[in-house]
Amino acid sequence: MKRRRFFGKLGTASVAGATAASGGTLAAKAMSGNTEELNDLWDSFFQKHYRRMNPEELRETIARLERRARKRFGKNINIDTNPAEKGVLFGYALNISKCKGYRKCVDACVDENNQSRDTQIQFIRVLEMEKGSMNLEESEHYYNPETVPQEGKFYLPVQCMQCENPPCVHACPVKATWTEEDGIIVIDYDWCIGCRYCMTACPYWARHFNWNEPQLPTEELNPDTHYLGNRPRSRGVTEKCTFCVQRTRKGRQPACQEACPTGARIFGNLLDPESEIRYVLEHKTVFRLKEELGTEPKFWYFTD
Amino acid sequence: MNENISFLIDFIREAFRGGRIFYSWMSLLTLIVLLGIFSYSRQLQEGLIVSGMSDQVSWGVYIANFTFLVGVAAAAVMLVIPSYIFNDKAIKEVVLLAEGLAVAACIMCMLFVAVDLGRPDRFWHLIPMIGEFNFPHSMLAWDVFVLTGYLFLSLTIPYYILFMRYKGAEAKHNVYFPGVVLSIGWAISIHTVTAFLLSSNVARPFWHTAILGPRFLASAFSAGPAFFLLTLQFVRRYTDYPVSPIIFRRIAIIATAALQINLFLLFAEVFTEFYHQTDHTVSAVYLFFGIGDKTALVPWIWTSLALNVAAVIILSIHPLRERDKLLNLACVMMVVGVWIEKGMGLIVPGFVPTPLGEVFEYSPTLVEVTVSAGIWAAGLMIYTLLAKAAIGIELGNVRLHSSSVPVS
Repeated sequence: MKRRRFFGKLGTASVAGATAASGGTLAAKAMSGNTEELNDLWDSFFQKHYRRMNPEELRETIARLERRARKRFGKNINIDTNPAEKGVLFGYALNISKCKGYRKCVDACVDENNQSRDTQIQFIRVLEMEKGSMNLEESEHYYNPETVPQEGKFYLPVQCMQCENPPCVHACPVKATWTEEDGIIVIDYDWCIGCRYCMTACPYWARHFNWNEPQLPTEELNPDTHYLGNRPRSRGVTEKCTFCVQRTRKGRQPACQEACPTGARIFGNLLDPESEIRYVLEHKTVFRLKEELGTEPKFWYFTD
Repeated sequence: MNENISFLIDFIREAFRGGRIFYSWMSLLTLIVLLGIFSYSRQLQEGLIVSGMSDQVSWGVYIANFTFLVGVAAAAVMLVIPSYIFNDKAIKEVVLLAEGLAVAACIMCMLFVAVDLGRPDRFWHLIPMIGEFNFPHSMLAWDVFVLTGYLFLSLTIPYYILFMRYKGAEAKHNVYFPGVVLSIGWAISIHTVTAFLLSSNVARPFWHTAILGPRFLASAFSAGPAFFLLTLQFVRRYTDYPVSPIIFRRIAIIATAALQINLFLLFAEVFTEFYHQTDHTVSAVYLFFGIGDKTALVPWIWTSLALNVAAVIILSIHPLRERDKLLNLACVMMVVGVWIEKGMGLIVPGFVPTPLGEVFEYSPTLVEVTVSAGIWAAGLMIYTLLAKAAIGIELGNVRLHSSSVPVS
């Protein structure tokens, strides 16, 4: 609130100078003299790291982010900050003998997670593989036949594995990405500096970058969001699958799991001995992709 | 304190004093810098989408230039060691210029990282205490730390020596020598850390090799001195500063030995990659031969190899190396050859294929090329100014109390 008053006293010109650092368009907006806009820009620039904000700062930040999203999309959105539940560690298992390559998970993920539509960011990539081989270099990423599954092929969906020993988290020079208590690796999009070292470090190509201002039509915006999950992103930051943190922390399933028409996807709490995922891990033959790299993925593949 | 201020004022005045050639050179560089700024403003407005980079190849010429220039910065150590440790009088004459080049290269490195950021407005997140500095986990944090430290050392040691000279006093060995020893270790570290920044990535088999660090140092100690030697030719030609011929011979030998080692290391790497091809080899195959119709890097790497081999032949044969024109030619070939090898030939293939096996090509856009050119021009400008002022002071043209304008 102090900053509000601070701006009230300042002349427009000097304010323009102060905010010019965050981009030419900001300076232009500053000239218009809209005080609330100015305060928001100032607060955005100096916004603290998510994990360093006290409850009051977090409340103010969320209010501002919701206000700005309303301006940007003309629609109310809700940004949750609910933390990880105690005794929960999320894990995923995928039955590759059931996956037929429909890519329904890919579409559902995009609908849920507010990815930029024009640059077509997708968190899940389904690889069409030759039967009898696990060589990723032979895989087809852009398969597009009349019908799937194709003869002689099997399908391998890949997304963020939420590694227990995550190279991306080690790589980040500013701690903008970390592992939450429930095992989900998240990004503070407002802290990321966009160096893309995490993308270099990830062995699963699970991280994606906003090369331009994300384009998302208002009618396609999903208003139920989480700060660490699917809230609208800005240009110049990385993003990734968060096991739909906005859903799963409320006891729901990830969008990809719900969308899968063949029931190939099993998601749940690894710490709950009664969970379906624990059943899979204990009774099926499972494997993990690139396990030899020692990143300890929490995403398993299995067959019937 | 007053002496320091008058030193700085005289330093800057000397740096900008010059004849027609000097001003034409600076005007040319200014033009290129302005072009770079123009392109960068476009990148700021539209985002990094104006670059040729993609989710598949997420680093390009910016980081390529960065890795090369870290080497140039580190290479100053190859002149620092003989001059300060072995007291080589000839090399000592030019060691301050080498440190000037190190300063310019360091600043270029920082600029290349800065223009690569998606959110340069959040640069302050990197500042320890104020931001969140992921030290010691992140190799990028290490790189920021060692580069800043190296820049500081490369500025302060020459500052002290030039300042004493300016006052007409003798630089005290006890004062600067500990700094020199520190800067030698530090120079090695900046390039080692930059190599580790890449080689630590299990996701990128092409870089994930222990030979990367040694290769970085070898190529740096060939291209860096070669670049420096070329600039000395200009110093000899356009200034009164005496550069004895023996210096060229010494630097040429350093560069030659380093290039020979570099080629041997490359050979060792290529042998291991290709004798029995594994997953590890795919990027190398792409680099040297292309995969299917994806062959963007093939002409680059063979040009680089040809240049490096030709340079090493010229430099290894004494009668050839001792001919000025051939020596210069070899140096140019070495600089260009190593620039390709460590830039387009190292950074880009690390991303091809992607960890999921997709072969997606990269080529820089006009924006990236002009921004890079702008940074190079800015670096050359800094080097020119530092070198000019240092030469003026070393020659005794700029002295305390000889200034016509009184300093209050």
